[in-house]
Parts: sequence; structure tokens; C-alpha cells
Amino acid sequence: MLMVTFLATSAPALVSPGLDLERSFSQALEGFGLSEQAARLIWLPLPMLLVLVAAVVGVLVTVWLERKISAAVQQRIGPEYAGALGVLQPLADGLKLLVKEDIIPARADSLLFTLGPVLVVVPVILSWLIVPFGQNLLISNVGVGIFLWISLSSVQPIGLLMSGYASNNKYSLLGGLRAAAQSISYEIPLALAVLAVVMMSNSLSTIDIVDQQTGVGILSWNIWRQPVGFLIFWICALAECERLPFDLPEAEEELVAGYQTEYAGMKFALFYLGSYINLVLSALLVSVLYLGGWGFPLPVEWLAGWLGQSVDAPLVQVITGATGIVMTVLKAYLLVFIAILLRWTTPRVRIDQLLDLGWKFLLPLALVNLLVTAALKLAFPVAFGG
Amino acid sequence: MTIAASTQLICFLVLSAVVVLGALGVVLLSNIVYSAFLLGGVFLAVAGLYLLLNASFVAAAQVLVYVGAVNVLILFAIMLVNKKEDLAPIPGLTLRRLLSGGVCAGLFALLTRVVLTTPWAEGPEPIGEDATVRIGEHLFTDYLLPFELASVLLLMAMIGAIVLARRDVQAVDPGTGEIADQGLIEKARTPLLVDQPPS
Repeated sequence: MLMVTFLATSAPALVSPGLDLERSFSQALEGFGLSEQAARLIWLPLPMLLVLVAAVVGVLVTVWLERKISAAVQQRIGPEYAGALGVLQPLADGLKLLVKEDIIPARADSLLFTLGPVLVVVPVILSWLIVPFGQNLLISNVGVGIFLWISLSSVQPIGLLMSGYASNNKYSLLGGLRAAAQSISYEIPLALAVLAVVMMSNSLSTIDIVDQQTGVGILSWNIWRQPVGFLIFWICALAECERLPFDLPEAEEELVAGYQTEYAGMKFALFYLGSYINLVLSALLVSVLYLGGWGFPLPVEWLAGWLGQSVDAPLVQVITGATGIVMTVLKAYLLVFIAILLRWTTPRVRIDQLLDLGWKFLLPLALVNLLVTAALKLAFPVAFGG
Repeated sequence: MTIAASTQLICFLVLSAVVVLGALGVVLLSNIVYSAFLLGGVFLAVAGLYLLLNASFVAAAQVLVYVGAVNVLILFAIMLVNKKEDLAPIPGLTLRRLLSGGVCAGLFALLTRVVLTTPWAEGPEPIGEDATVRIGEHLFTDYLLPFELASVLLLMAMIGAIVLARRDVQAVDPGTGEIADQGLIEKARTPLLVDQPPS
């Protein structure tokens, strides 16, 4: 029963169901005489593997972009020998980290030292469960949707505290404590900003949130209805990812590298991977929550209508699905580009400024935003999801 | 047995084992940091049990509140006051341990008897994904008063924490009656609480 509810992908009745790969795949396997459950069991790992690969490739691309854009910002060339324009550089980095010696400091707590990076990465990867690339193109349309991401991202500070403590190093401990404090402070305005969006779409599911933005293309995206919420969410997401200007937990001038100071080899790579997966994930979720997710700036239904095609035609469905994936990734990488540019142009804030910004500015602002959204929803139910 | 049912059984067994062993570890381990981390593991496993019961919203809330907030704050407190000091041995420790062990065993026996003798009624069917809506309805209608009371309780705890943490903003040390050194305090000129003499 768990499996059934966990996997049930329920499309709302009003929107065209679009591609349903799972159903087609199961039907094909059942055609070979397999039972329904066996077909589901074979289907289960496929989207997970696909999303995992997508996440890792996304990280490789982001690392390459980071190196190239930072080089451009600083008027350098950046990596250029590994592959054309240095595209293979992140792969070489990864290989290097993979074969490096795995050092555990003598006085460190080796069990917690190993478990820490794992606890940082696992919640981030689990959160990809709810990232939709199309009407049915996600691992699982769980009902708690975006709330699952918020609660999973709150597990991360434990891993950071764990690795900070286990390193048996003052810089690491301070970095871990800072990371946890930062993460707790910025989670609250983040959750309140998400709540305003949820209130408008009457659902926590990421699919419903995107569907509610598909009416008239670019004009119905949430960014026009939630400009303040968008800014709050983006600032908090950057703080949660520990990106500059909020990278205090690993501020190299003060803390060497914060909680990662003692880490080397693959354990360090897990932190590195985790932070970049988190960045891509945050960008994807911003595009889902505020930029219409997989939606094309013009509704696909209109385009199909002008071309005289039925939305349910197989070819149109495939093109719609592909456009959806491209649009999601495009929007996400636009945001990743902005994040990278921010990183290489803004100075770091102090810890007291960081906490002041979170508690004294963003939190009240997010509360006001929530209140105004509720009022607008009551006043104009047509525009703000009655 | 279908695949789904056996998966559910395996998940239940693993989660229960984690809960029981983790809880024992929380109580019995002498290193308080390990206890705190194990507590987080127990909370996560309980969230898994909720998920098995088709209560996904409660599971997510459990992770957010207990793991993300309560457990992180416990760890924070432990790590901020991470003093390595040798405590004086408590007299009669063996007797104390035996007594508390006896009380725990008695409680366990009582609870086991309750579990075995109570005729457990079959509850209503789990409503699954609709639970979120139903919880919201209940919180804002018939459970409004407990909900608000809980928030008042939290507010009281918060004000109490602020009073305890900022007590040195008083102009005079309440314990000794001496003038407090206001130069050490951030923004000493803006009185937060009490009897600041105009300077």
C-alpha cells in the first residue's frame, strides 16, 4: 500500500495528461506476460537512476560554468586544455578527488567523520524526488511535495554539525556551528515564502504549483504575483546553499575552510558535490515555484492550436515533453548563472549582518508577504487562486 | 504475499529495530554527543514509521520539527558548552542504576500488559494524501484553542529565553547590587528591560 500511494501519479482532470512513460512502460512489460507488480518493480529504479545521473551531470556543467564565468569575471581564460573550452575539466577534477588518499585525522572521531558528509549529501539527493520536468516527468508526485524538500533540507545541518564536531578542530567546529545557525535562520523565511505560493495554488504538490501557472504563458508565472516572495526565496536559497555572499561557514580568511578543513579525497568530494547539487536543486525549485516550471512562455496548447495539431497527438506530446525539459533546465541554469555572477562580484557579509538580515529583515518581510497574499487571495480570487 | 506487502513488512522491521536500538543507545551511551546524534536517528525512523502508516504530512513535519529544529538545537547546546571536565563520582551509583532499571522494567511490563490485553479496534481507513487538508481544517476549527495555546506556550518560552539571555542589560546587577559594566554590552544606551538611569 505504501508503494501504491508513493508511486501513484495523479494528474488533475483539467490539464492534459501529457506523456505518461510509466504507464506505457508497464503496459509494454505486461505485454510480455509480467505481472503488474513485477513491471512496477522494474520501472522503479529507472527514473531514480535517470534523475541521479541528471543531477551529477548538472553538477559537472555547473562546475564548468563556475570556472569559466569566474575566469571571465576576472579577465582570465579559465580551463581550456581538457576538452574543447575545457568542458572535461570538472570530470578531471572528479577523477582526481576519486583517487586521492582518504585521510582521517588521528584524533578525529572516525565514525562520525565518515557519516557527516553522507548525511549532507543524502537529503539533497532525496529532494530531487519532487522536481518535475513535465506533467508526469518526475520520480514521485507525493502529496506533501515542496514540504518534503523543506523538511529534508533541515536534516543537512546535522551532517554539518557532525563533521564539524568529528574533525576535532576548532575551525571545523566553528564552521559547523555557523552552518547550522545560518541554515536554521534562513529556513524560516524560505518556508514562509513557499507558503505564500502554496496558498495560491491550494496544494503542496510541485505539479499542481506549476499547473496553476500555465494559464496564459509567461504572464501567469508566479513571479509577477509574488515578486517579494521570489526575492526572499532566492536570497534564502543562496544562504542555504552557502554561496557567497553567504558563505560564512567556509570563509577561508577566518576559518580555513570551515567544516571541510580536515576532509580530503572522496569525503571532500561529497561536500563539494552536495553543495553544487543543492545549488542546481534550488535553481530548479525557483523555476518551479516562480518561473512556471516546465511551461513555455507561450502556452503549448495555443501553439498546437495555431499549427492545427491536436494536443493529444503522439508527436505533439513528445515535442511538448522535450520542450518542458528544455525550459525547466534553461530557467534553472539562468538562475545558476546569476548565482555564479553574484558569487564572483559580491563581498561576504559578517555573521552578525547575516543573522540580522535573516531575522530582522527577511522574516518580517516574509510574514507581511504571506499576509498580503492571503488578503489578495480573498479580494481577487480569480488572479490569486481562490 | 505481494511485493508491496513484503516491502512494507521489511521496512517496518528495519525501522522498528532502528527505533528500539537507537533509543537504547540514547539512554545507555556515556558520550552525550553520540546520544544526541542517535536521537536524531530515532526521530528519522519514527518519521519512517509515519510514512508506512500513509501519514506523509506528519512524517515530513516530524522530520522538520524534531530532526531539523529540536535535535539541531540540542546538538548546538551540547557543542557550545563542550567542556571537558571530570565530574565527581556520584555516591551509590550502582544502587541508583539498579533502582532506575527496576522502575523502567516495571513500566515496560505494565505497557506490555496494556498492549496485550487491550482489544485494539480497527481504525478508519488511512486517508493518505488528503490528510494535509484534513489536518488544516481541524487546526483551524475544533482544535483551534489547543493550537493557539501551544503557540502562546512557545511565545512564553521565547520571552523567557530573551530575559535570561539579556539580563545584563539591567543597570544594576540584581545579585550583588553593583552597577553593571554597560560598556561590555552591545547598544547599552538603549534600555531593553528595566530601570536604566539616564546618563
